[in-house]
Amino acid sequence: MATPRRTPPEPPARLWRNPEPKSRYDVVIVGAGGHGLATAYYLARDHGIRDIAVLERGWLAGGGTVRNTMIIRSDYLLDESTALYDHALGLWEQLPDELEYDFSFSQCGVLNLAHTEQEVRDSRRRAFANQLNGVDTEWLGPEEVAEFCPVLDTSGESRYPVLGATLQRRAGTVEHDHVAWALARKCDEMGVDLVQNCEVTGFRTEGDRVTGVRTGRGPISAGRVGLAAAGRTSPLTDTLGVRLPLQSHPLQALASELLEPVHPCAVMSNHVHVYCSQAHRGELVLGGGIDSYNGYAQRGSVHLVERQLAAAVELFPMFARAHVLRTWAGTVDVTPDASPIIGPTPYGNLFVNCGWGAGGFKATPGAGRVFAHTIATGEPHPLNAPYGLERFTTGALIDEHGATGVAN
Amino acid sequence: MTSPNRLDATVRPGRIDRTRRLRFTFDGTELHGHPGDTLASALLAEGRTEVTTSVHRGRPRGIVAADRTEPNALVQLHGDCPEPMLPATRVELRDGLVAESLSGIGWVGDRPDTAVHDKKYVHADVVIVGAGPSGLAAALSAGRSGARVFLVDEQAELGGRLLDGHERIDGAAATDWIARAVRELAEIPEVRVLTRATAVGCYDHDYLLVAEHRTDHLDTVGPHQSQQRLWHVRARRVVLATGAHERPVVFEDNDRPGIMLAAAVRSYLNRHAVLPGRDAVVFTTSDSAYSTALDLLAVGASVPALVDTRPQPPAHLVDQVEAAGGRVHPGSTVISTKGHDRVRGARVTELDEQGCLSGIPYEVDCDLLAVCGGWSPVVHLFGQAGGSLRWDRTAAGFVPESSGTHLPRVIGSARATHDLAGSLAQGLAAGAEAATACGFRIAAPRVPPTSGDRPNSRPRPLWLVPGMTKPPEQWDRHFVDLQRDATVADVWRAIGAGMRSVEHVERYTTISTGQDRGKTSGVNAIGVIADALMVDSPGEVGTTTFRPPYAPVRFALMAGRERGHLHEPVRTTSMHSWHEAAGAEFENVGQWKRPRYYPRPGEDMDAAVQRECRAARTGVAMQDVSTLGRIEIVGSDAPEFLDRVCTSGFAELAVGRARYGMMCGADGMVLDDGVSMRLAADRYLMSTTTGGAAGVLEWLEEWLRTEWSELDVYCTSVTEQWAAVAVVGPRSRDVVARLAPDLDVSSAGFGFMEFRETELYNGIPARISRISFSGELAFEINVARWYGLATWEAVAAAGADHGITPYGAETMHVLRAEKGFVVVGQDTDGTVTPLDLGMDRLVSRHKDFIGKRSFARQDTARTDRKQLVGLLPLERERLLPEGVHLVEPDVPLRPPVPMLGHVTSSYRSAALDRTFALALIRDGRRRIGDVLHAPFEGSSTAVEVTRPVFYDEEGARRDGVEHG
Amino acid sequence: MLLIHCPWCGARDEAEFRYGGQAHVDRPPDPNAVDDREWGEYLFVRDNPRGRFSERWVHSAGCRRWFDVVRDTATNEMSAEVPSRSGRR
Repeated sequence: MATPRRTPPEPPARLWRNPEPKSRYDVVIVGAGGHGLATAYYLARDHGIRDIAVLERGWLAGGGTVRNTMIIRSDYLLDESTALYDHALGLWEQLPDELEYDFSFSQCGVLNLAHTEQEVRDSRRRAFANQLNGVDTEWLGPEEVAEFCPVLDTSGESRYPVLGATLQRRAGTVEHDHVAWALARKCDEMGVDLVQNCEVTGFRTEGDRVTGVRTGRGPISAGRVGLAAAGRTSPLTDTLGVRLPLQSHPLQALASELLEPVHPCAVMSNHVHVYCSQAHRGELVLGGGIDSYNGYAQRGSVHLVERQLAAAVELFPMFARAHVLRTWAGTVDVTPDASPIIGPTPYGNLFVNCGWGAGGFKATPGAGRVFAHTIATGEPHPLNAPYGLERFTTGALIDEHGATGVAN
Repeated sequence: MTSPNRLDATVRPGRIDRTRRLRFTFDGTELHGHPGDTLASALLAEGRTEVTTSVHRGRPRGIVAADRTEPNALVQLHGDCPEPMLPATRVELRDGLVAESLSGIGWVGDRPDTAVHDKKYVHADVVIVGAGPSGLAAALSAGRSGARVFLVDEQAELGGRLLDGHERIDGAAATDWIARAVRELAEIPEVRVLTRATAVGCYDHDYLLVAEHRTDHLDTVGPHQSQQRLWHVRARRVVLATGAHERPVVFEDNDRPGIMLAAAVRSYLNRHAVLPGRDAVVFTTSDSAYSTALDLLAVGASVPALVDTRPQPPAHLVDQVEAAGGRVHPGSTVISTKGHDRVRGARVTELDEQGCLSGIPYEVDCDLLAVCGGWSPVVHLFGQAGGSLRWDRTAAGFVPESSGTHLPRVIGSARATHDLAGSLAQGLAAGAEAATACGFRIAAPRVPPTSGDRPNSRPRPLWLVPGMTKPPEQWDRHFVDLQRDATVADVWRAIGAGMRSVEHVERYTTISTGQDRGKTSGVNAIGVIADALMVDSPGEVGTTTFRPPYAPVRFALMAGRERGHLHEPVRTTSMHSWHEAAGAEFENVGQWKRPRYYPRPGEDMDAAVQRECRAARTGVAMQDVSTLGRIEIVGSDAPEFLDRVCTSGFAELAVGRARYGMMCGADGMVLDDGVSMRLAADRYLMSTTTGGAAGVLEWLEEWLRTEWSELDVYCTSVTEQWAAVAVVGPRSRDVVARLAPDLDVSSAGFGFMEFRETELYNGIPARISRISFSGELAFEINVARWYGLATWEAVAAAGADHGITPYGAETMHVLRAEKGFVVVGQDTDGTVTPLDLGMDRLVSRHKDFIGKRSFARQDTARTDRKQLVGLLPLERERLLPEGVHLVEPDVPLRPPVPMLGHVTSSYRSAALDRTFALALIRDGRRRIGDVLHAPFEGSSTAVEVTRPVFYDEEGARRDGVEHG
Repeated sequence: MLLIHCPWCGARDEAEFRYGGQAHVDRPPDPNAVDDREWGEYLFVRDNPRGRFSERWVHSAGCRRWFDVVRDTATNEMSAEVPSRSGRR
């Protein structure tokens, strides 16, 4: 049942400059994760804005962008979600050419398992909706699941047997470091200043506008500011007295040692709370549920990892003797409806893109593109119009809890 | 036949049992070793210096280390369940072992792992990690205080590095001191010592994870014996005596087999009586490798060159080595090696004061190159716990910053205290201090005198020896990470690409991402980066973050016993055995196993459900409804409380009566539902959905404890205390009359939504209610759980001549859907209000309740929200799939297709003799009578939108038919 | 695995508890007296500081009682466990 060995991409010899920040930019993006980089990229590509700084408190793409489980998919339940994530998936398909960088987008398919009758109903509802929205999600019975992913235990003997799964064949995995580097290189080529070790500590304001940011390396003026700071968003907006419906939580994931290719796709299970794929180099990469409590410590509680591995060994008995080589925890910002916030703030030229929870990576190009549109025009793109803050007042939530408990 | 590199017992006895010979197979060749050997020491003894080829470049590679820092010698163990990527240095030799070399990548087999892995959870006052000199000393002083002490060490024997050398403590061999310490610790009742146990994680609030290998050294393992155990240890104080890892030096062709760490060479010599080479060049930056040179000379090997970076090494060391026949080359460095599958010689030249190469290089022939590039304190656990590190120039390593009170205490080599006397002193003091902090007052004992100690003068650190000719960008045979085949050229390429952070460089080059996670390469990589960035010291580059686990842990060990049927508890009702005997098919609902249907021979689910439905509608049928959640709500304010949490009023409900109620979240969305009975003025019994029970109890408690603590109310889960049988159908009255002879079951004497306390004919006390989830005349018989099976059997007997039919959850679903009763979680999904369900009459206008305010929000108040409706496919036999979406009939099916809503429940009805469905449809109530389309499986099915009641809309069947 | 001090039962592993988010979020006494924005804030917006945070836990696998804790969300250091509200029981 071996699948062929895949080679990870060779990183290029030139990636980015390390410029000193200027005293003023047209646009300052806070956070050089995938979303911040993609935003800068689309601002430059689609809107002709080149005077951009992307400010990063640590090292570029050191957060969720490189701590995720690398899964790209768009098989969400709700129309608003599907539209945004499928827009992203379409962009993922173009990006390797556009960025002239092969970051190993492997459309190996993502299985989303159903273990109870209700999960079967929910999964089929999602698959039917996806099909009418033009997303290639199929429903597979247990035998088809077994055929597609032979390493899964589909025997029906387990505590929660696999009753079926949705499969999105266009979904898959990418090498996340390379995604970030590809975007960063292209931004840099287009004149965007990527400034690392430059923590934004607050804002300078005039009335209901921000005039710039305060950083560890001095103040920087800005015509417009976009926040793409993920788990660190709240401490930033708190300095302006803007309260957002966000809670930051630790999210843990883990990887094994390098193993010969054996796992042909990515598998998610909301019910037993685990998702698992195999990276190009060969490590098994697993994620699970978020820690219950708020936290910025980038440390989680180990019993969650133990539950996650118990579930993994249930689903994939043959992985029992693989080893946990490293675990890590990031900080994810979670909203009440498990959908992001992308849009304006009470400050006219300050925009936020946050609240992606554990689901932000797969949306990277889509989020960047609509956020760039929002920053450039001052108005949301049709795809992110439903994702504004006002939904928490009107009650028009985009509630993805029902379909994607793991919200990966 | 002796192994070629095994020293005679008279020269070096070693800590091996030569009376027993073990056979093992490595890459298909049968070889031999002894108990006490590791796979690595046995391979070296057998002359197997080259053990693998490298992952990308295919270069020959040999054993480098004697501990878990080994970068090259990774093996796959064969057997019942093959295990990948184990360092040969950590595999204890046992008879019949079969191992295969790996090139940096392993594999998983396809047979299930039947080995037992278990867990233990313990508390300790003082946990000490590492049983070298400082750890043992700490355990002794803490243990003597009476504190509960937990000492763990990953080796098979206590003693740490003392087992590799010839130190003396208290006038005797250090091994005697160890033996005394082991005996003493064994006699202290509150001290527990674990060997072969690696502390892999150090978490918040002094929580450690320790992976213990329990059977690696055993020839046979019992079927129920756990192979490995994961200890969860909550400590009050943690002392880390984790030692230091020796690191190599990066120079050209530094990867050839036969190039080993100097301390590893000494360990193989003294512990395993293995001489890995006859002619050894020793290359060092500090004193410690002199011991290796002296031991090599003592067993008859030659040391043609001891190359020391320091221009003036300690004179007494130089004298000792030269007196024994070796030659010291001070102020020099090895610059490259020659050989292919084995090192054959080293090129040496001088270093000037600035550290540049000078003089004329010369070659020294050798078959072993023992390298010591310095010592890196093992600070992984300290870093995991959140401790910060600083670069110590003198020690040339990252050491713990002075620790705060909440951080573990680090002692010995782990804080760069390398001398034995200092380590013992720190250990004794730290043990006493930790015990005292836990309330066991004790003073640190006197430090015993030591001798033969490893000398410890100041090193001259060197991590990178420049190449002779080319620029660093081209030093592609200067290996920084052997396992990842990553070189200085790779690091320079990363820097050239724009990378400045060590995190980036490691990701770019893959340095330190191997199975060893850079235990030998990490600091050298940082040094190479510092050089390339022209910064002052590795400290300015910093380390990557330390994350658990310190050492790889099997998935199966992390899973422990939570596998198979123990993965998640199984909840069953007291009638479960009957259902099993009756051949029921079960469904998982939460942790419960519920009968889904009871197929008769030859029946599929559809046929069984049709039959069960017919029985309930035309005769009598019975269902086990014990899994429904039950919460007793008691107190003088219980009526007020229920009024606040439920959408309808409960304060007015008369004692002896029951009422259906619905709860919403604060956001107004349906949370759960069920029937509540008023048992007394101050006492209600609320029932919940099977899956929602625990959540509802927590929800009620949260409001009571944190918002309305002035209310006098207590909530108690009584789900497990009750068993319940629903007796359903027009004939149910006869059955219940037989069952409960004292009960007036007439509709006049026992009204709908009332309950009675009575005794069944067999003496079982029962609470019988007239509630119905099917629209039929129905009774629910509640008894104490232990009477559940007896009651079920009594009902079956009482209904036998009516052909009483057991039915499962599927039939229950069909019956309730025919009546338009919703199932929370199936017909709702957290975005549905009671008003969306058409339950306006259950939503009180006269009182406030949780969630009511949310109905008035702009979006929630819309009148065109998705609403519950019924659907009748125009083709009577066409069954809509649940989850399918509805569209306008004329809409083109070209994505994106505007969707109106979806089917939540869909069944074939025996009573209606057709299919039907429930759906949530946008503006649904206004569409009643319209025809919509459900596109699926390539075609479109036309359906009529109806009111969501299909059967007995007027409720005529509720009271059944009076007999007599 | 955090060590959480239940004011009634003493120090126990985190696995025995359920998290309750920010403490001291009062339900508006008259929900109809607040506008949609304020009601939305009550429903959905909670503080999210990096640093000291007053939060609630319930000892769900123990005494089932609620209490408040001040925890530093950057270091997980915990202090000041007190019963939630008046903690009458």
